[in-house]
This record gives sequence, C-alpha cells and structure tokens, in this order.
Amino acid sequence: MSGMQSGPAGRSALAHPSPVLVIPALVAAAAVSIPLFYVCLRAIEGGAGRYMELVTSELSLQLLWRTLLLVAGVVPLAAFIGVSMAWLVTRTRLPGRRIWAVLAALPLVFPSYLASFALVSMLGPGGVLQELFGPAAPIRLGDLAYGYSGALIALGFFTYPYVYLMSIAALRETDQTLEEAAQSLGSGPWRRFRDIVLPQLLPAVRSGSLLVTLYVLSDFGAVSIVRYQTFTLGIYNAYRGLFDRSVAAALSTVLILLTLVFIAMDASFRRPPRKRTSGAARPPLLLPLGRWAPVALAWSCLVIGVGFAIPTLTILHWVARALEMNRALDWSFQGTAESVGISIAAALTATLFAIPVALWSARHPSAISRGVSRIVFAGYALPGLVVALALVFFATRSMIVLYQTLGLLLAGYVVRFLPESVGAIESSAARLSPNYELAARSLGASRFRTFRTITLPLLRGGILTGGGLVFLTTIKELPATLILRPSGFETLATRIWTSVTEAFYAEAAIPSLVLILVSALPLYALVIRPVLGSSR
Amino acid sequence: MKHLLIVSLLLAAACAPEKEESATTTAPAAASTTLTLYSGRNEKLIQPLIDRFQTATGIKVAVRYGETSELAATILEEGARTPADVFLAQDGAALGAIEKTELFQPLPPAILERVEPRFASGDGRWVGLSGRARTVVYSTERMKAAELPQSLDALGDPAWKGRFGVAPSNASFQAHMAAYSAVHGEKALRELLRKLVANQPKRYPNNSSIVRAVIAGEIEFGLVNHYYLWQMKREQPEAVVENFFMPEGEVSSFINVAGAGLLSREENAVRLIEYMLNDDSQRYFAQETFEYPLARNARPSTGLIPLGELRSSQIGFAALSDSLPATLELINQSGLLQ
Repeated sequence: MSGMQSGPAGRSALAHPSPVLVIPALVAAAAVSIPLFYVCLRAIEGGAGRYMELVTSELSLQLLWRTLLLVAGVVPLAAFIGVSMAWLVTRTRLPGRRIWAVLAALPLVFPSYLASFALVSMLGPGGVLQELFGPAAPIRLGDLAYGYSGALIALGFFTYPYVYLMSIAALRETDQTLEEAAQSLGSGPWRRFRDIVLPQLLPAVRSGSLLVTLYVLSDFGAVSIVRYQTFTLGIYNAYRGLFDRSVAAALSTVLILLTLVFIAMDASFRRPPRKRTSGAARPPLLLPLGRWAPVALAWSCLVIGVGFAIPTLTILHWVARALEMNRALDWSFQGTAESVGISIAAALTATLFAIPVALWSARHPSAISRGVSRIVFAGYALPGLVVALALVFFATRSMIVLYQTLGLLLAGYVVRFLPESVGAIESSAARLSPNYELAARSLGASRFRTFRTITLPLLRGGILTGGGLVFLTTIKELPATLILRPSGFETLATRIWTSVTEAFYAEAAIPSLVLILVSALPLYALVIRPVLGSSR
Repeated sequence: MKHLLIVSLLLAAACAPEKEESATTTAPAAASTTLTLYSGRNEKLIQPLIDRFQTATGIKVAVRYGETSELAATILEEGARTPADVFLAQDGAALGAIEKTELFQPLPPAILERVEPRFASGDGRWVGLSGRARTVVYSTERMKAAELPQSLDALGDPAWKGRFGVAPSNASFQAHMAAYSAVHGEKALRELLRKLVANQPKRYPNNSSIVRAVIAGEIEFGLVNHYYLWQMKREQPEAVVENFFMPEGEVSSFINVAGAGLLSREENAVRLIEYMLNDDSQRYFAQETFEYPLARNARPSTGLIPLGELRSSQIGFAALSDSLPATLELINQSGLLQ
C-alpha cells in the first residue's frame, strides 16, 4: 500500500537505497529480533503439544478477551482526547491555549505505576479524598478506580499524549491554504474539520493510536495496580508464581501475534494522503469558540485534572507528609544525573537507528524495507521483563563482557523504544512529498547533501518528537532497568521503586518530583516548543 | 540539526570508553575480590546489614536489588554463568524453585544447623534468615481478640461479610493460600476461596494499605504479614491496632521465610550467609524489620508470641512452590482478583 505513496517518479529516482540506510536498519532489525527469537525458543521448549495446550488454554483465551476489550476501550478514548486537545490548542481561541498545550502533554511524564497508584490512592478506599473529607467522602469513586474502568481511565488519560503530540506535529505541518479556500467557499468549521483537517491528521492519529495500542498491550504498572488481568499481567504472574518460563513464553508469543495483527490492520488502513504538503507552514486560522468556550474549558480541565493534577497532588501530599514526619527529603544528584544521561543516550541512539529504518521504508518501499520497519514494532508490546530476560539470555551466552554494563542497558532501551522514534519519523515522512529530494538530486546534489539540507530539516518535527518520546519512556522505565543495569547504577525510577515497594511513600516524593521536572523540561523544549512555535 | 548530530557523536564517543571501563570493573567482580549479591529484599532493609558486613570483614559486596521473583527468573536464565554468589529472597517459594534446578551449591552443615530444619531447604541448598507470619490485624477500639475469626476457615463465615480486607494480588497472600492448598488439598482451597469471595472482602494492593485501612476505620480487620503493624506504629504511635495470631487451623499463621542460597563456591559468600545468621544480624532483623529471627538462639522483638506457638505447618518450601501454580490459577478463577 505504502508503495503507492512515492509514486512512479519517486521509485525510479530513489530506487537504490544507500548502504548508509540499509546497514544500520538491518542492525536495528537484528537487535529487535533477539526478544522474538528468545520467546519462540522458550515457548517450544516443552514440545509443540504442550505449547498448543498452553496457548489455547482457558487462561490464555480469557486473557486474550480481556486484553482486546481493554484495547477497544482505551484506543478510542485516547484518540478522542488526543485529537480534541490538539485541535483545541492549535486551531481555536481556547483561553490560555498555550498553557493548556503544555499541560496536555505532561501526563506522559508519569510512569504508569505512579499514575495509577495516584488514581487509586486518591479515589480508592482509604484514599486522599477520604483523608480530606473523613469517612463520609462526598464522592465514592472507589470502585471506579479498580478493574476495567480503572484500567480504562488510567491508560486512556495517561497514553493520549502519544496521539496528541503526533496530531500537533501534523496540524502544524499541514497546509492551511485548503482550509482557507474552504472557508472562503462558505464551509463551516465542522465540515472543514471533517473534510480537510481530519484526513490530513489520520497518519498521525494512526501512528499515535498504534503506540497507544502497543503501550496497553505491554503495560504492567497500571493493570497490576488497578487489578485488571491482561496478557502482560498474565506473563508476570507466570514468572512470579510458576518460575516456569515456557508458560510466560507461550503467552508472549500470543502477544507478539496480537501485535502483528494490529500492525497489519494499521498498514491496511494506510491510504495515500489526498494532498501532501510542501512543508511550508503558515500561521493557522484560529477559530473563535464563542459559546462553546466553557465546554472546551471544562473538557480541558477534566483531561488535565485526571492526567496531571491527580498524580501531581498525590506526590505533593507525600512531600507534605514527609515534612510533617520530619523525614529528611533526600535528593540524589547521582540518580538524577544517571537517569538523564542514560535517557539522552537512549534517545540519540534510537534516533540514529530510527532515521534509516523510517527513511528506507518511506522512500524506498520494498518487501524488505517494509518488513524491517514492521519487525521493529513486533516486540514493542512485549513486557519489559521479557525483553530484559531475552537480553540476559543473549548476553550471558554470547557476549558476557557486555553483561550488566551500561552498553547492554542502552541496547535494552533501544530495543524496547525504537518504534516510538520510527513511528514519529515515518509519519513525518509520509506527510512530506519526496519532490524536494528528487529535485535536489536531479540538480546534482549528493545523497548526503540532499539528506542534510532537505530531508533532515523537513523531518525535524518527527525526529524531535520521536527522540523526546524515547527520552521520556526511558527515564521512567523500570523492569528492564532493574535487571540489566550495572550493579549500583541508580535511576530515579529505581529509587521510586525502592521506596514505594516498602510503602515509604514519603521517601518516594522527592525522586518522583525530580523525575517529573526533568521530564517536563525536555518535553517542553524538544516536543512542545517546536511544535507550537509557529502558531503564535 | 547539525549541532544535534555533533552532540550525538560526541556523546557516543564519550560513552564508548565508559562501557569498556564498566566491563573491566565487573570482570574481577566475578573472580574473587568482590562478592555479588542478588537481593530480592529491599535496599532500605538490607544495605545497613551489608555495610556492617563490609566493615567487619573487609569483603566488598556489590548488591543488585530487584523483585524476588524477577531475580529468580534472571538467575534461571543466566544458569551456571550467573555472576551472583548469593541470592537473597524474601519468599521461600522462590528459593524452592531455584533449589530444583541444582543451581544452588550445598551449604555447610554448620550453617544449616543454626535454624530449625523446617526453615531450611530439605537438601541443604538454602537457609532461612528471618520469618514473617500471617496474622489478623485489628483495631482494639472496635474488636476484642476473642471475637475475631479463630482460623482461616472461620473467615468464610457469612458473619464477616464486608468487614475485613485482603490483598489478593500480593505474593504474601498467594503463598499463604499455597500453603493452605499444600496441607488441605486443592479442593479445600477452592472451597475456602469461594467462601472468601462470597464474603466480599475489601481488596487492597498490599499489606500496608490494609493496616492503614484498619487504622482509618475502613475495615474491622485484615489479613496481613505480622511486621507491618510495627512499621505503621513507628509512623503513627497513637494508633490502637494489634496483631491477632489465629489459634486454630493448620496454617492460619503460616510462616514464610526470607532466606539465602549459595550460587558459587566462593568462600566469602559462605561468610556472608553466616554473618546474616550471627547474633547481631538476627537482632537487627528482630528490631529493625520486626520479623522473627530464625537462628535457634535468637529472640523475637518484644510483644511477639514465640515462634513455636504459631499455627504453621511443617510442609517444605519445595512443596509450597509446587502448589503455587495451581493456587494462582484457583485465585484467578475465584474472581477474588476482579
């Protein structure tokens, strides 16, 4: 399908991908294949009969059903929140829209275990609401915080920024001339949104939704706290209770198949965009909201309230309690520096590999290039624990010098989060026509010069968004960090974990605050400012 | 963009030597000067003890902290190539699972003799260091001990409907149920779970939130590990809550162990385990974590009934880890988690 996108001209002029693209892309594909290979190996260890038995067991089918049910709920919710917020802050005169624009991206900074814990401890039995209002808490939302509804709220309100950020990037890069023309011809805001904005947004919504889907499939933090059994929780429980790797591996293969199905569905929805843009951005039209302003504001308050205010207030509550108890608020510079350093390294490494993967498949579509870009996604839904164990397996057998070093930890992050960067760059590349590149090449510019002066600047939005996402997910990553880190290596996430597992919430307060601050700054600089920069 | 590329190249260059460095520093660790300990017990609890050991013996210990079950899975994946010399687990079932793979080296009899046989591996592959008993935590303002359920089975009585709390997704609850199943059989466990679910207990993510809920008056009592009470009293000395050890039933006060096993033939590793069983360390467990010290001569913290009087069976932990898979399945099916 996507082969159609670059058209016959694109194909002939850019037919031979440079080895500079192909080699790193193949290296990336090999690295992300390690967990896939590992899972298959462990799954068939007990024989094909046992494997089939495990995969078709009642437990497995139940987990499948519950996982699909959750995806079916979370993805539309996240897509709706993401698109509505992106549209409100880029295309309307929402009061304080620049502040909302920043706030709306912030739920991404909370690790899902922290965010769900905050939701549960705010709403649940014995929660902050109750502490504030006594046993006669005015709102009994306790039951809502658990089970399916809890998982839906937690994951919907904390993953929508994937859709939101991609949509903002798309809205900024799309051509305004069509909208202006439609307006001058008398078409109303809703019709303009449906007929012009939405089709141009679709690639972004699709890659955002795919990331949300895969996040839901792989999430452990939220579902374990709100007690909703999904595949990933089933895999963790298999490790926890059985110490039987073949059960966990068999369930993991189903998760991979499920991921491949979602990716195939995503690919079959791909249509060439009706109108590709030249990349020339102009200040957008801002729609006055009129009497809808209060509704839009109320909606923004709800989204930010759940996604940002509740976890922030919970953490501030911990700080207050720590001060009350005269506990020393310890802040570790080492943990902060190590967290930030490894996350920057992961973002840069992932970007260096994602650019070739994305460009190869977008500009030189073939079975191989598309296969590589899809396989990168295949393992994205695997729980961090499984990816980590796969790398343990690989390193202890063939690269023992790498074992428990920063290098292997970095590899683990890149293997886990590469799709975030690939997705962002691919959706940028899909929106931009290759005409400028073709023109540059036909005028005699070298491949490198074309790449440096044309491709990179045009893809800047996608590259920054992707790198920013990798940074944010790396800095809060826990399961793979615990297993792959060098002994004594501390990140903010591991410090929070150390305190929270023993219920020393007061001590988790400061690392949580620092985690949020160090995530919010690059989120603002890397993702939000460039994305909103021109829409003054 | 150009700047970004330059920065990234510089960073990559800066990272490269660092990698080699850490590779060379971990290499001798595997040899002999530094011990590697995998600890499934929390850093706050264990690191002070490790620091004392390092000062007392001059032996360096590098500790990797993690979840007990995840570290166990890591060790199984590493196999004989594990860099760990000692595995410290907070759950007997995890020790039982590693024991079955023969990755644990046999412990010297002198160490094994320090604890009762029921708190060590049957074939001498690991040893318990501290014990954690299951108990009922209740508010002395609202309940009298005599009115509380006297056994696990009694919790199924409809009289308790909606009045107590459990943490069904917590490993400590699951191990308790596995112990019940190992003694009474799966059928009996299914029946117990059915009655528990019918009683609609309030469900909490962990033990400490149950203790908090009892203090807050949210529930009348809850099923927890015994030492959370003291940790909570340290934070809220005015709270009027107590532990009640159920006096009837085979495993009503089931004692799970935190213990250690040897993964290498390193002599210093034996010394580390020995150290954790000496009087000072055992006193540390009793006073800092309020657990039961398991060395024969050690005394529990004041206010705890003697270990010998707790209702806990003599089943081995290998049997416990055998019954865990079916137990988890039964807990899943019971609907207690939903």
